[in-house]
Amino acid sequence: MAANPMTQFEVYRIGPEIKVGAFDISFTNASLFMVVSSLAILIIFNFGSKKNSLLPTKIQLLTELSYTFVSKMISDTAGSKAKPYFSLIFSLFMFVLFCNMFGMIPYTFTVTSHIIVTFVLAAFIFIGVTIIGFIKHGFGYLKLFVPSGVPVVLLPLIVIIEIISYLSRPISLSVRLFANMMAGHTMMKVFGGFVISLGVVGGWLPLSFSVALTGLEILVAFLQAYVFAILTCIYLNDALNLHH
Amino acid sequence: MIKKIFFQLIFFNLFFLREVFGAESGGMPQLNPEFWISQIFWLIITFGFLYILLSKLILPKISLNLELRKSQIQENIEAAEKQRESSEAKLKEYENIISKSKLEANNILKEARKNVLKEINAKKKTLDKQVDEEIKKVEQEINLLKKSASEKINKIAIETTSELLVKLIGAEVNSSSISAIVDDLSKKNGAKYYGN
Repeated sequence: MAANPMTQFEVYRIGPEIKVGAFDISFTNASLFMVVSSLAILIIFNFGSKKNSLLPTKIQLLTELSYTFVSKMISDTAGSKAKPYFSLIFSLFMFVLFCNMFGMIPYTFTVTSHIIVTFVLAAFIFIGVTIIGFIKHGFGYLKLFVPSGVPVVLLPLIVIIEIISYLSRPISLSVRLFANMMAGHTMMKVFGGFVISLGVVGGWLPLSFSVALTGLEILVAFLQAYVFAILTCIYLNDALNLHH
Repeated sequence: MIKKIFFQLIFFNLFFLREVFGAESGGMPQLNPEFWISQIFWLIITFGFLYILLSKLILPKISLNLELRKSQIQENIEAAEKQRESSEAKLKEYENIISKSKLEANNILKEARKNVLKEINAKKKTLDKQVDEEIKKVEQEINLLKKSASEKINKIAIETTSELLVKLIGAEVNSSSISAIVDDLSKKNGAKYYGN
């Protein structure tokens, strides 16, 4: 076997070691790609919103299309009450999307392929949604765990299941994104390794697989960002419009 | 081109092979907590900046742009609607004017025809009068001529008879007696010669 497919996920320091107390907050390759993704988003959307022409330029069209895309997604899944959270969900979607897409460039680092990153995002969403739910409905938010129309005998069991499913939300949200990204990139690396080990004679088959996988992975990169955002919307919908 | 990329890929892979063999491997690097704090820290910083800049600066601008475009398009549509209505009104006006002018033209034509007919009739009358008068004049002249003609004929008859008598008899006859005979004859036969 040529290369270990997991080495692409290794985090290493760029520049000096920075320590605050006991915590190591050095600038790493992961930090670099977070910064790059954020900057790319800011640059593109800044250029796209700079001047308003009646016939939009290409970059303006791109920004406006993504704006309407996210706003439609939010209004479809979470209703009009979710409008104040638009910029948060937009930032989340764009951040995940750009991190995924930057990971598709060879020899880059995929920020979202790290469970800690996706888990922090998911936990942030989970805690935020829970707080919003309790602010909007008070202790009535706990009715979320008691679905209507369930026989009384089954109720304790259902409530326990609902609580478990609610608490597993951040885990499922983070693991879905992380596992998808990691699996895809590992697979591409494995096929790339096959190309090398089989050489010019037999390497064409895994190479074609690799090409196909690249297309698939770009799709997955977009899809997972979309799924991440839409699940956030659905959780937000639960917190805003409590109907059970 | 593809060949070049292929060889570059091989080259890079060889380049990384050495690195990989050099590095100690095993397990998932994701589960190594060495850089977790760093990743969380930088995630909060980058995402925080991204969120603040997007929500405060960029997204309001985009939504403003979209709304402006929407309102502008709406305004344009309304203006176009107005112009269409005004053009329709103008078209109606134009049609009215055309129908009116057609009526007027018809009226003018009728009047003109009437006037012309009147004039023609008047001229006809005057012409008829003139013709009648001239006919009368001519008839009078003819009558005069007729009268004078009978007198002249009488004279000629008297002269010729007197000369004939001179040649035949060789003696002069009193012209008054001849004229009396001629008058008598012309009175007798005048109706036969002149008709009236």
